[in-house]
Amino acid sequence: MNMQPISGGFSNAPLQSATAFRAVLQAMSRPGLWQAIDGAAPPAPLSQASGALILTLADPNTPVHLAGTLDCDAVRGWITFHTGAPLVAAQDADFAVGAWDDLQPLDRFAIGTPEYPDRAATLIIELDGVPAANARLTGPGIDGEITAFCPGDRPTAFPLGLDLILTDGARIMGLPRSTGLEFL
Amino acid sequence: MYVAVKGGERAIENAHAWLAEERRGDPTVSELSIAQIREQMTLAVNRVMAEGSLYDPDLAALAIKQARGDLIEAIFLIRAYRTTLPRLAGSNPVDTGAMVVSRRVSATFKDAPGGQILGPTFDYTHRLLDFALMAEGEAPPAAPTAPADPVAVPHILGFLDRDGLIEAATPSDLTPPDLTREPLELPADRALRLQSLTRGDEGFVLGLAYSTQRGYARNHAFVGELRIGTVAVEVDIPELGFAVEIGEIELTECETVNQFKGSKTEPAQFTRGYGLTFGQTERKAISMALVDRALRWRELGEDFTGAPAQDEEFVLSHCDNIQATGFLEHIKLPHYVDFQAELELIRSVRAAAFSQMEAAE
Amino acid sequence: MTAMDAYNFAYLDEETKRMIRRALLKAVAIPGYQVPFASREMPMPYGWGTGGVQVTAACLMADDVLKVIDQGADDTTNAVSIRRFFQRTADVAVTEETEAATIIQTRHRIPEAALREGQIMVFQVPIPEPLRFLEPRETETRRMHALADYGLMQVKLYEDIARHGEIATAYAYPVRVEGRYVMDPSPIPKFDNPKLNDSPALMLFGAGREQRIYALPPYTQVESLDFDDHPFVASKADHACDICGATESYLDEVITDDQGGRMFVCSDTAFCRSRQGDAA
Repeated sequence: MNMQPISGGFSNAPLQSATAFRAVLQAMSRPGLWQAIDGAAPPAPLSQASGALILTLADPNTPVHLAGTLDCDAVRGWITFHTGAPLVAAQDADFAVGAWDDLQPLDRFAIGTPEYPDRAATLIIELDGVPAANARLTGPGIDGEITAFCPGDRPTAFPLGLDLILTDGARIMGLPRSTGLEFL
Repeated sequence: MYVAVKGGERAIENAHAWLAEERRGDPTVSELSIAQIREQMTLAVNRVMAEGSLYDPDLAALAIKQARGDLIEAIFLIRAYRTTLPRLAGSNPVDTGAMVVSRRVSATFKDAPGGQILGPTFDYTHRLLDFALMAEGEAPPAAPTAPADPVAVPHILGFLDRDGLIEAATPSDLTPPDLTREPLELPADRALRLQSLTRGDEGFVLGLAYSTQRGYARNHAFVGELRIGTVAVEVDIPELGFAVEIGEIELTECETVNQFKGSKTEPAQFTRGYGLTFGQTERKAISMALVDRALRWRELGEDFTGAPAQDEEFVLSHCDNIQATGFLEHIKLPHYVDFQAELELIRSVRAAAFSQMEAAE
Repeated sequence: MTAMDAYNFAYLDEETKRMIRRALLKAVAIPGYQVPFASREMPMPYGWGTGGVQVTAACLMADDVLKVIDQGADDTTNAVSIRRFFQRTADVAVTEETEAATIIQTRHRIPEAALREGQIMVFQVPIPEPLRFLEPRETETRRMHALADYGLMQVKLYEDIARHGEIATAYAYPVRVEGRYVMDPSPIPKFDNPKLNDSPALMLFGAGREQRIYALPPYTQVESLDFDDHPFVASKADHACDICGATESYLDEVITDDQGGRMFVCSDTAFCRSRQGDAA
């Protein structure tokens, strides 16, 4: 019997998900700064950070889209077992997980409506190592400006837009729609 | 240090101790049991279940005891408890047509299959205080019972429906929205409005319904049928492949027949208002049906006359007595800071006015 | 209290916390926009901080240090009650010192001591909609926010000036966030408004009965609405604190006799006490 789907969840969900949530909250409120997030041991190729994000935020009420190599039995089984989140196509997703290239084109994802801009997808973008900073970030959460690596631009018509969380191993960086991006 | 109200843990604890003592009252008078409240304060228990949205007579009785008989406080206790309960399953829709009725009256037909059953009603009691009850006498003699009637008790409105005289009520398999798990979004559909009304404050819904009768969005309601009785609650068990009965609940259902809609191209039909509540709560169910009907003006092509009972946003935003009572009562909390800001403002505005007046003199 | 043993860490069940957490993240991503959330019935009345309590419960970690204030004071009854709720349900450490706190739940004040990075302020909000008293319908105000159509607010403020010579709003004074959303800062005195701008702390706002959550990330531009010829002024009583002598803190006015006698004392009790300690 394959035990993989049931291992790797939080051993103490109330406390671990609280700690993981604070890492995400910090990431989204301080764009461009990396935050440690752990507690999850999902099956490859899903990163620890993405695993923790999904355990913390996804449940049967939040459709999840898996892109590229992440859309495999091991990851699907793990997410379904631990969260009950329905796995869906890009346009129906609250959360989407994948490599930047696999998530393209980004205009498939919901960016909210003028009355309800919150009804927009959050993209969890898996990086494999973080290249040098290539963009200047400004906006809420940033004291002046900061430089960071961004995989590319995203459709934004504030207040509508996509909110991005970059992952690298067991750390995350937030890139909410409110962040101004200027590629260097 | 001088601070106007020193709260502190001890003040709160002492207040709670005093409250507990007052709740109990004179200890030489025997204590009420939950069973006594459940059996003898049934209509209070029913109201707490209906507006608390939790069918559990024992817990409702406990809440009434703990709340010293303050029913809104009891409803609050039930709501706060209910919200912590896990959702194990969703039941199938109950079949009120299969209700085992204890009361069933129609104001529209003198008789109909199933008959008129008055049941345990206050309707024709003369409202004279019964001083015999003060004497804590014997239990009353058992009420005469008729042999169980195997005749089905079909819905009265079904007879009108068969002749096409009333708008069709098409069944839907859609899962209705759930106010307690999703934020209220407007405009609301009818299912959401009905959910809101059935939890709504009896007095508020009654007042709105009464206003429609007095001309604020009058809709000419007849009580087509009012029925009270028990229905089975069934839950599908996927592992078994069929539904099992998990219990019975008492419900009050009111269907009103209202003035018709129609046009040159569409023959006139009566329209419907609907009320469904937990327990024997007929004042609430009738009120709910009238307000439901008033809220349907848009769907039925009527004019919005500005009447409160037609105004979905007004009704749904204000019918919940737990929201209302909390917000109303919060104004007794300290507001020193905001009031201080107002004081400064009014002093500054007055000073400016006085100096202007002086300059003008 | 054994009665609470049956409940989850920080009272709320995990599904509810996830729902609130998702709303919080969207609120942070769209500063000043009110995110609808499925507020739960809490074991305390609506209007008494259920929104703030739910936000705090969704944020609390086991090693947080919580401060709760009402009207600036740690010892007002509702602050005591909420603090005790979290001690009981989350076994969390509590403090009265602003600097020592990681999460500060507040009703109607922002502490005098400067906030720092990493701190979270949680505001209890009665009516989150800044346009509500001008337009009672949610359907209308939602459209106005969508279009950034704030003409109604400008007209109201202008009429104030015409009638009273100044803007007649002393608390819950509306702000504009990053030039986009007009936001209600909760009923803090307008004296506290400047503390919202460019703060190093994260500001979260919870309205339980009205089912809304909104946020100001750190270092967010927050301007109080005004006119060029009637600029915003963060006013306070023109006195020093009669206990600690502070001249820069917001003051409560206390009536001391029936002859018109009064004294002014810091509304932020922890601030006042720390200054008394310094003086001693």
